[in-house]
Amino acid sequence: MPSYLASIGMEVHAELDTRSKMFCRCPVAFGGEPNTRVCPVCLGLPGSLPVPNRAATEMVLRTALALNCTIATNSVFHRKNYFYPDLPKGYQVSQYGETNPIGYAGWIDIPKADGSIKRVRIRRVHLEEDTGKLMHLPAGGSGVDFNRSGVPLMEIVTDFPPDIESAEEAKEYLVQLRSTLLYLGVCDGKMEEGSLRCEPNISVRPEGSAEYGTKTELKNLNSFRSVQLGVRYEIERQIAALGRGERIRQETRGWHEGREESFPMRTKEEENDYRYFPDPDLVPMAFDEAMRERARTSLPELPLAKARRYAEQSGLSAQDCALLTADQAWAEFFEQAVALGAPPKPVCNWMNSDFAKRLNEDGIGWKASKITPAHLVDLVKLIESDAISGKTAKEVFAESFESGEMPSAVVLAKGLVQISDRDQIEAAVREAIEANPASVAKYKSGQTGVAGFFVGQVMRATGGQANPGLVQEAVKAALEKV
Amino acid sequence: MITRLSAAEIAREIAARKVSAVEVAQACLGRIASLDEGYGCFLKVDADQTLAQARAAQAKIDSGEAGPLAGVPVAVKDNLSTEGLETTCASKILKGYVPPYDATVVSRLKAGGMPILGKTNLDEFAMGTSTENSAFQVTRNPWDPTRSPGGSSGGSAAAVCAEMAPLGLGSDTGGSIRQPAALCGVVGFKPTYGRCSRYGLVAFASSLDQIGPLARTVEDAALLAEVVTGHDPRDSTSLPDSTIRSDGLKKSSLKGVRFALPKELFSDSNEPGVLEQVQAAIETLRREGAAFGEVSMPSIVYGVTTYYIIAPAEASSNLARFDGVRYGPRAEEGAEHVGVVERTRAEGFGHEVKARIMIGTYALSAGYYDAYYLRAQQVRSRMRREMDAVFQGCDAILSPTSPVVAFKIGELSKDPLALKLLDYCTIPANLGGNPGVSLNCGFSGGLPVGLQLVGPAMADERLLQIAYSVEQALPEAHRRPPVP
Repeated sequence: MPSYLASIGMEVHAELDTRSKMFCRCPVAFGGEPNTRVCPVCLGLPGSLPVPNRAATEMVLRTALALNCTIATNSVFHRKNYFYPDLPKGYQVSQYGETNPIGYAGWIDIPKADGSIKRVRIRRVHLEEDTGKLMHLPAGGSGVDFNRSGVPLMEIVTDFPPDIESAEEAKEYLVQLRSTLLYLGVCDGKMEEGSLRCEPNISVRPEGSAEYGTKTELKNLNSFRSVQLGVRYEIERQIAALGRGERIRQETRGWHEGREESFPMRTKEEENDYRYFPDPDLVPMAFDEAMRERARTSLPELPLAKARRYAEQSGLSAQDCALLTADQAWAEFFEQAVALGAPPKPVCNWMNSDFAKRLNEDGIGWKASKITPAHLVDLVKLIESDAISGKTAKEVFAESFESGEMPSAVVLAKGLVQISDRDQIEAAVREAIEANPASVAKYKSGQTGVAGFFVGQVMRATGGQANPGLVQEAVKAALEKV
Repeated sequence: MITRLSAAEIAREIAARKVSAVEVAQACLGRIASLDEGYGCFLKVDADQTLAQARAAQAKIDSGEAGPLAGVPVAVKDNLSTEGLETTCASKILKGYVPPYDATVVSRLKAGGMPILGKTNLDEFAMGTSTENSAFQVTRNPWDPTRSPGGSSGGSAAAVCAEMAPLGLGSDTGGSIRQPAALCGVVGFKPTYGRCSRYGLVAFASSLDQIGPLARTVEDAALLAEVVTGHDPRDSTSLPDSTIRSDGLKKSSLKGVRFALPKELFSDSNEPGVLEQVQAAIETLRREGAAFGEVSMPSIVYGVTTYYIIAPAEASSNLARFDGVRYGPRAEEGAEHVGVVERTRAEGFGHEVKARIMIGTYALSAGYYDAYYLRAQQVRSRMRREMDAVFQGCDAILSPTSPVVAFKIGELSKDPLALKLLDYCTIPANLGGNPGVSLNCGFSGGLPVGLQLVGPAMADERLLQIAYSVEQALPEAHRRPPVP
């Protein structure tokens, strides 16, 4: 069997995080009673007309710039004509053409598993409106909920021939893209709620073949995991089919989350001629240099750039930096803590272990928790100065997380300060040795394991507060001298 | 008889407390009740709503906060959305549809204290030039009830002509205000594209549609234009500072006014009687001091062809929303969506509408777009350039409005091409986005002949000024039709 190469194109739809819809003033929100956020415009009532949401336009402009796109000077809205019950006007307002979308010919860098960087070219970043949602009614039959109709939607499509060659890269592309969108504040990125939707198209070809294979498109992927599993499944399915001498059909396939397999939804032959033409109800969007410059200067430092900077400045591993920068607020926490004088590595370790774990359990971000960067700095300093042990620190952190008390206050209140005073420790060791001559004799006869007994005695005598490292050292030294 | 007065006169009577807004509305409603059976102007009249609006208007008048036309009622074409009043576009596919919102022009009427008399007949979705393509009824010309009032705003034109309404609102995509105005001997005005909000006008061809007044005098048309025009944030194609002011209307004369006469619009495709009357009017105006120069606009001959690609293309998309899912009658339940949509549209649309949807769908299809739609847009740009060049040397383009006078009902219905050619003189103003006005200039065989004036874009006030002076110079402009 020949070995195969996979090619994956990614089409991502991001619902923009605007207050109102794309062409009317209805609010944008998730869920709620069907058809409660609708008006003549988003219901497509006869005579209604669209008025573009400027905030949405700016969001797409900023995204296109962040994705290194060329920006169209004049960008036109087109009508994409087709009939579907969830499409109230019988057409979707979208953008057609190679150089007409707000942004085109861009790229995004994604980190690869081996630590290198891969550049994925972006073909277009355009603005369109979302459709309504078909729902099956409990009493039978179906209905349409138009709450989602007209929500601004940004479409981001990778270039052809595809740069993405594996399920892992497909997932990493989406991770990077999502975190970029979150940094830009243009999308909430909730895949499970459908505000970020990904439709990869997948084809395979025998190694050495110049021609790309027939592609299938995958729908219903609502997590990073399902994207990775779905793409991998589809690659393997296609390779197996070709191995059996079958032909790949050009079709749209759905992903079955539970069974972890794809199934055919519709073949490409059934698709429409969309009869795109410029929407005469809308005037072209013009982006002059001043506007582009304003948008460009408003861009935040993006996740990958930030991760590279962290690695350079603090020597943290690529893995650590990726974790710290995946979320903008998380990165902000790290930077604030470091700015307060804490060493980066322990801050990073605490963030990505105990702190992340507790936040996850509560399902909140750090800003909603009682822990501030100052708390973590305080904690790290207590450990660094040997005031508390690592084990105690975990208790202290848990207490601070619950109460919001500063770690040093917790340590004081609970009397958890570690005894690191050598004289004090040596005195306790001397007492233990004097009180246990039999054990000293055992040690002298070569049973060195008995040192542990003395450490235990000292720890008990100090109520567990003695620095265990120092106690060990002192016991060893004292026994040698006896 | 109050109904015989112009809108301006009625407004003065009301302001002078000689008559109330309610009495005016009652008089008009009474006339509709007694006459409209013979003319078929109105598809829907709701006297209770009209009278309630008249009472509200009178209250405004009494408290001194009323607009200049407060209390003057208006007949509204049935492709304008009216809250709580059925809006059908004379199509079965919208039978029973009661909109939950008012078109911007309708809101402005209401805000100006102008009661709505009812919804007037039209060619289905404004597609036609005779008002015979209505799914519900035929409208008759008050000058001769065996003849068509023209279209598509035939209901409003005939209602104004027969003095059932002092004012009407129509829409003009290829001549649908001006042509029926010509055939009914009234004034019809299409403003510059973008001066009157299209919000709530059920779209036929979005880049060509424009709402405008039908009236018995130029002054009335200008007064109504002032009420309904002006920037609207709900319409992205609405222009800033676009209210058409009427205060300078009478401050001009014909002295030194320069008219261009495009030879392409004076060809022998016009009826001899029409050409004679327009020529006679030209002589009259010349004596009043106006100047005339013949010009050529070669692309005008492609106007109808260009229009019949662009308008159906846009219509094929605009009319896609009528699928029976959200409003209007729906073909039998329970079947596949595609089947329901197909049957709903097959049963709901009339022949002419279907024909235009087919033409437009074809013109936008992959592989044909460049040859048809794109090419038509290029011709359109060229026509605009030619018009701009002509306006360098004149104040207005003068021509017949319609190449024929009112034709017999049914006479042309078997000849769709002949009906489409009736828009020959009016289409250029739509393709160019220019303001155009039609007024009566004389009679041929006892039927009115329309004179059209087209001005440069945004020169609506100047165009109406000129039209007013022309109207004053033409003795036949205000002859009454033979109605009771």
